[in-house]
Amino acid sequence: MLYFSDLLPYSDLFFSGLMTTVELTILTTFLGIALGTSCATIKQYGHHLAKRLVTTYVELIRNTPFIVQLFFIFFGLPSIGFKLSPWEASVIALTINLGAYSTEIIRAGLNNIGKGQIEAAKVLGLNFRQMLVHVIFIPAFEKIYPALTSQCVIVMLGSAVISQISVEDLTYAANLVQSRNFRAFESYFVTAFLYLGLSVLLRFAFNLLGKRLFAFREAR
Amino acid sequence: MSLVDLHQVHKYYGDFHVLKGIDLSINAGEVISIIGKSGSGKSTLLRCINGLEAYQKGGIVVDGNEVTSEDVQVRRLALSVGMIFQNFNLFPHKTVGENVMLAPTIVLKKSKAEAEKIARNMLEKVGLAEKFDNYPDTLSGGQQQRVAIARALAMSPKVLLCDEITSALDPELVGEVLKVLETLAEEGITLILVTHEMNFAREVGNRVVFMHQGKVWEEGDPKVLLTNPQTDELKQFLGAVL
Repeated sequence: MLYFSDLLPYSDLFFSGLMTTVELTILTTFLGIALGTSCATIKQYGHHLAKRLVTTYVELIRNTPFIVQLFFIFFGLPSIGFKLSPWEASVIALTINLGAYSTEIIRAGLNNIGKGQIEAAKVLGLNFRQMLVHVIFIPAFEKIYPALTSQCVIVMLGSAVISQISVEDLTYAANLVQSRNFRAFESYFVTAFLYLGLSVLLRFAFNLLGKRLFAFREAR
Repeated sequence: MSLVDLHQVHKYYGDFHVLKGIDLSINAGEVISIIGKSGSGKSTLLRCINGLEAYQKGGIVVDGNEVTSEDVQVRRLALSVGMIFQNFNLFPHKTVGENVMLAPTIVLKKSKAEAEKIARNMLEKVGLAEKFDNYPDTLSGGQQQRVAIARALAMSPKVLLCDEITSALDPELVGEVLKVLETLAEEGITLILVTHEMNFAREVGNRVVFMHQGKVWEEGDPKVLLTNPQTDELKQFLGAVL
């Protein structure tokens, strides 16, 4: 028999876990995309040495498991003097992770901008920064927006791992509840459902923003 | 002193010698048509004039400024040299009005109201005032090219470089673009065109420059040059295009 009502006494715990995951997702989505945009810009237009540095970072992150990156930051770094709270370590790990994956995605968008657009900006007298902001970024993001959205959802879902370093997120709440009342099925069922809801919400938020940013699409 | 001055300009792409010592001097108000086969270096020449391409030997002076290909140089030149491209290169995410207003606002630091006034004037001039709020993708090729002209004019350039600006257009749309150019020529703007429109070169241009194998092969009054070519190469070229 299933007893979902056994979860009711723990609803506060689920709620605060949910809020932690939401907060972390919003924060790291912003930071991660900012990092990815910077790295992609360097990779596309930067100097040789800077490009190499970015490539090293991206490949390092993309070819190692997230949980190892997280443990390295939280358990490893204190050995060389960087002591971080679980929350701080999680923000950094998730940002670095999303940053690396989104670098490649955003760079694909930058790569898609025709040489003609850049030349048009140049002959109108725009400097490099103005060109990025006014000419390149919006059409570049438009091209890769679905991929970027998916990556952010993936990172949000992947954030479940941070319960392992005792950040009290949604998964942490689920683990705790089922260890207390042994209702594993109910606890993880509800949690899965909440993650699903978060994914839908995140995609919805991205779509809404996309509609505003890429209004020119509607004209086609 | 002339507005654009090229002196013994040499340009290489690796081992390929594209421009082999170009001497050309263009006065304010002139309309110059550069013709020649593809690969003769005419587009490259145009792109050297505003610093989009670097050259290796010789000198180019535009409006008193020496042209090198430093990015900063291109930006300073943008104030006196406008350019229009074969593929329009309008910014797809900005409306027609925003396209024209962009450079006056962020490069010349004009107020939004002032930039809008300029933009509306320029669009009026190319006959597209009513398209101010449309996106480029909704316009025909000819209209897009006219917007590109308005965008260049909004910076009030002294010279307008046109790089085969009718080549990507359907034949029935060429006329509207050439008509705008003709009006500009009448108003006294300096035009340097790389073009295949021989009629335009003949009727509107002051001078035709025929390029062949990276050199200025023949130049002169269009009516004389196009009807009475001196060299075999120009005869052959005209025979092929006319």
